[in-house]
Amino acid sequence: MVSMSKIATGNGHGENSPYFEGWKAYETNPFHPIDRPDGVIQMGLAENQLCFEFIKKWLMEHPEASVCTSEGVGRFKETALFQDYHGMPEFRQAVAKFMGKVRGDRVKFDPERIVMSGGATGAHETVAFCLADPGEALLLPTPYYPGFDRDLRWRTGVELVPVICESCNNFQITRNALEAAYEKAGEDGLRVKGLLITNPSNPLGTIMDRDTLKSIVRFVNEKNIHLIGDEIYAATVFKSPEFVSISEVIEEVECDRDLIHIVYSLSKDMGFPGFRVGIIYSYNDAVMNCARKMSSYGLVSSQTQHLIATMLNDHDFVDDFIVESREQLFKRHEYFTWSLSQVGIGSLKGNGGLFIWMDLRKLLKDNTFEGEMDLWRVIINEVKLNVSPGSSFHCHEPGWFRVCFANMDDNTMEVALSRIRAFILKNNESIVPRKLCRRSSLKLSLSRSLSRRIDDFMSPTGIMSPHSPLPQSPLVRART
Amino acid sequence: MGLLSRKVTCNSHGQDSSYFLGWLEYEKNPYDEVKNPRGIIQMGLAENQLSFDLLESWLDKNPDVAGFKRDGQSIFKELALFQDYHGFPAFKKALLDFMAEIRGNKVTFDPNRIVLTAGATSANETLMFCLAEQGDAFLLPTPYYPGFDRDLRWRTGVEIVPIKCTSSNRFKITASALEDAYQRAQRKNLRVKGVLVTNPSNPLGTTMTREELDLLVNFITDKEIHLISDEIYSGTVFSSPAFVSIMEVLKDQNLEKTEIWERVHIVYSLSKDLGLPGFRVGAIYSNDPIVVAAATKMSSFGLVSSQTQYLLSAILSDKKFTKEYIAKNHKRLRKRRSMLVAGLEKAGIDCLESNAGLFCWVDMRHLLSSDTFEAEMELWKRIVYDVKLNISPGSSCHCTEPGWFRVCFANMSEDTLKLAMQRLKSFVGSITGHDRSHQELKNSRRKFRSKWVFRLSFQSFHDREQDER
Repeated sequence: MVSMSKIATGNGHGENSPYFEGWKAYETNPFHPIDRPDGVIQMGLAENQLCFEFIKKWLMEHPEASVCTSEGVGRFKETALFQDYHGMPEFRQAVAKFMGKVRGDRVKFDPERIVMSGGATGAHETVAFCLADPGEALLLPTPYYPGFDRDLRWRTGVELVPVICESCNNFQITRNALEAAYEKAGEDGLRVKGLLITNPSNPLGTIMDRDTLKSIVRFVNEKNIHLIGDEIYAATVFKSPEFVSISEVIEEVECDRDLIHIVYSLSKDMGFPGFRVGIIYSYNDAVMNCARKMSSYGLVSSQTQHLIATMLNDHDFVDDFIVESREQLFKRHEYFTWSLSQVGIGSLKGNGGLFIWMDLRKLLKDNTFEGEMDLWRVIINEVKLNVSPGSSFHCHEPGWFRVCFANMDDNTMEVALSRIRAFILKNNESIVPRKLCRRSSLKLSLSRSLSRRIDDFMSPTGIMSPHSPLPQSPLVRART
Repeated sequence: MGLLSRKVTCNSHGQDSSYFLGWLEYEKNPYDEVKNPRGIIQMGLAENQLSFDLLESWLDKNPDVAGFKRDGQSIFKELALFQDYHGFPAFKKALLDFMAEIRGNKVTFDPNRIVLTAGATSANETLMFCLAEQGDAFLLPTPYYPGFDRDLRWRTGVEIVPIKCTSSNRFKITASALEDAYQRAQRKNLRVKGVLVTNPSNPLGTTMTREELDLLVNFITDKEIHLISDEIYSGTVFSSPAFVSIMEVLKDQNLEKTEIWERVHIVYSLSKDLGLPGFRVGAIYSNDPIVVAAATKMSSFGLVSSQTQYLLSAILSDKKFTKEYIAKNHKRLRKRRSMLVAGLEKAGIDCLESNAGLFCWVDMRHLLSSDTFEAEMELWKRIVYDVKLNISPGSSCHCTEPGWFRVCFANMSEDTLKLAMQRLKSFVGSITGHDRSHQELKNSRRKFRSKWVFRLSFQSFHDREQDER
C-alpha cells in the first residue's frame, strides 16, 4: 500500500505535547458560568480579549471598513479580485505605521518591506524556509512557545537548539548561554543559521533590556548568523520598563542588516487571531523577496486587509487603542498577581504579554518534571484550570507554569482565583510549607481574618475596590 | 551566499517563466478604456469578473452579515478570536453543499473530511507535504497550470513528471501516455506517489470524459498510488458534457470505502467559481483520515480568515441564491466564450472545443514561422508588444507542441474583448494577408529575434526597472 510522507505520519506537528493535552481537557468540559460552572477554566490560551468593546464601537462608526456594507460595497469587486502578493498598499502603510507607533515612533518601518503571511505561524515557517536548509539549526532561548517546535521544524526539516536560561537571573539570556548553545550545536554536527528571540517573551511576560539586545546583536554579527525577532507581543507591554525593539537597537550598534528579520502579527496586540494577519519584516532584500513569493501560501484575505487598513489608518483610534489596551492589561495583570500573592503564589516579575510565569516550585512533591506533571494534572483535574506546564515550553527547571489572564471576563477571573485560593488553603498542611511567599509579608494561615480580608477585595462586580492597595498605571496618572 | 537557504537562491518558484513575464509587461502598460486605450489588454489572467453584480445585490439584501452581526447581535469578537483549524462548521457545511450542488447532487461530502486552506495554492502544496517525500514524483498531464511548478515542487522538493498529451486526440489522457510517464519517472529513479489532474482542465477548458476518469482509477489502482483531482473550475462548466467528478466515478465503480477511495483527494477553491481570489478560500477533501488529520494541522500555516469564512457561510447557505448564481454565471460564461471564439474565427484562428473554464486553448500553429518553441516565443512577444495582448504561451504550460496559447475571456468587459479581437484580426491580416517574400519574412524574424533575446534574459520579477522597456 502506498505510504504517505513521514511528515504526515510522524509527530513533528508537536500536538502530543502536554501544552495541547490541557486544551483537550478544557474542550471536553469547558467552563460556563451557567451551563457548566464546574467546568475547566481556560488559562492556557494567550488571547487578548480585553478591548473588544473599544474596537466594536469603532466598527459601528465605520461601516466602510467592511466591503459588504452599503458604505463599503463599492470596493467589493476590486477587493475580491485582489490577490497580489505584494499586499494592498494601504494595508502595508497602515501596518508599518502601527508597528512604528507601538515602538513609540522611535523607528519607522518601510511599507515596501512589509510581507504578509498566514499569521505569525506562517511567518515563522516561511522565515525558517528562507534562512535554513533541512538539517541546519536555529538557536532558541528557553523557555519558548511550544508552537515553535512545529512552526520552525515540521515541514522545514530545521533543527532547534535550546539556549538555556535559568531562574537565578530571571531567565535572562546571557552571553555564556548563547556561546554554550552555539558550541553544543557544533559538537552535534549542526550548522547554526540563526537565533530566534521572542521579545516580549512568551511565556515569561518580560522584555529584554537594551544591553541584552545589544549583546545579542553583537553575538549574531560575530557568528555571522541571522537574528529573528518575534515581536508579536510588542503592544502588550503595560508598564515600564518600556519595550525596546530590535529595530531600534540596530540603529545603535554596528550590525549587518542582512541578518535582521522581524516577525509580527495582530493576533496578540489587537486580539485578532481569527483574521490571520501575519507579517514578516526583513532587512534583507533576498529574504524579503523570497518570503513575498512564499506568502502565496498564506496571503491575508483581501477582505481582512481592507478592514485592517481602514482601522489602522485611523491614527486617532490607534493612539487611543494602544493606551486603552495597556491600561486594561495593566489592571488585569496587577489584580491577578496581587491576588495570587495573597495566597503565597509568586510569579516572575513581568510587564508585558498576556500571561504570567507562575512559580509553583514549592508545591512540587518532587523537584522533577514528573513532579511537575503530577502537579499539573492536579491543577487540571481538581482545581479545574487549564494552565501550561513549563516543560511544554522546554523550561530547564521544573515547577514553572504559564497562566493566561487576558482571555476571560472579570467574573471568570474571580472564579479562577477562588478555586486557586480554595486549593491552596485546602492543601496548606500537606503541600505548602510555612514561609511560601517571598514577596508578601503576610504569613499564610487558615485564620478567618485572612479569608475575610481577601473577600473584602474580591467583589464580584468590580476588578478592585476603591481602597485597593494596587498602584495605578502611570498611563492613567498621566491622563488625569 | 550560503547564509540563506537554497530555496531563496534557486528558481523553483518559477517566476522567471514567460507566464509571469507577460504579467510584468502588462503591469507596466495596462490597458484602460479612457486613460490608456493603447495599453496591453490582460488576457493571461484566469479571473471570473462576470457575476459580481449578483454578489453585490445579495450583500445589499443581507446587511446583517456585512456588519459582523448574526440575528442582530454583534459577533465580531467571536470571529476575531476564532482560529480553530477545524474551520467554521457552518462554513464547511455550506461549502460542501455548494460543491455537491455543482456536481448535480450526485455525490455527498462529509464535513469531517474537508480541510480549509488559504487558497488552492496552499491546498496543493499541503497535499504534496502529506503524500510525498523530497525526491518523490507526481505525474501531471500536459499542458498544465504553470503555478504547479512552484506550488507542488518549490518547498516540498517533490518532482513533476509530465504525462504528454497531444492535439492528435484533443489532449485527452491515454493509457499509453500514463504508462510512458510512469516509466520515464522510473528511469530517473523517481518514486511516483500519484497523479494530479485538473478537471475541468486549465488551460484546456475541457472536462474529462468518463473514459479518462475510469482510466485514471484503473491506473492508480494498478500502480497503488494517489490521485489528486484539482476541481477548482468545477463550477464553470457552462455547456455539455456535464461535469463528472472523480467522486462520482468511484461511486459508480462501487469503490466507496475501499483502499482506492482513500487514495483520492480533491482540491477546491472559490477563486474561480465565485470570482473571489482575494479572499483566499481553498479546500482539501480527502477520504483518508490520516491525510485529513495531517492537512488540518498544516492548515495552521494558511488558515482562511474567520471574517471571510463567516461571510461565505452566509452567502453559500442561501440555496436560492447559489442556484441562481450558478445558472446565471454559466450563461454569462457561455456567451463570453462564444464571443471570443467568433472573434478568433474572424481572424482565421481556431481553438479547442471547450465547455468550461475562463479561457480558450487557442491554436496559432499556422502563424508560427517554424514548428518550434523559439517560433512560439517570437509570436508571443509580438502579440504582447505589438498587438498588445497578454496571452499565455503553451510552453509556459509545458505543452509538448508549439503554437498553442491560453486566452482568457472572463476578466474584462465585452467592449474590451471586442477590441482585443479587432487587434488580433488586424495583426493576423498583416502577417498573412500580404505576399511577403521568404527573405523578407526571415529578415523581419531576425530583427524581432534580437530584440526579444535581449528581453528574454531571465530577470526576477522584482529586479526589473520601472522604465526599462
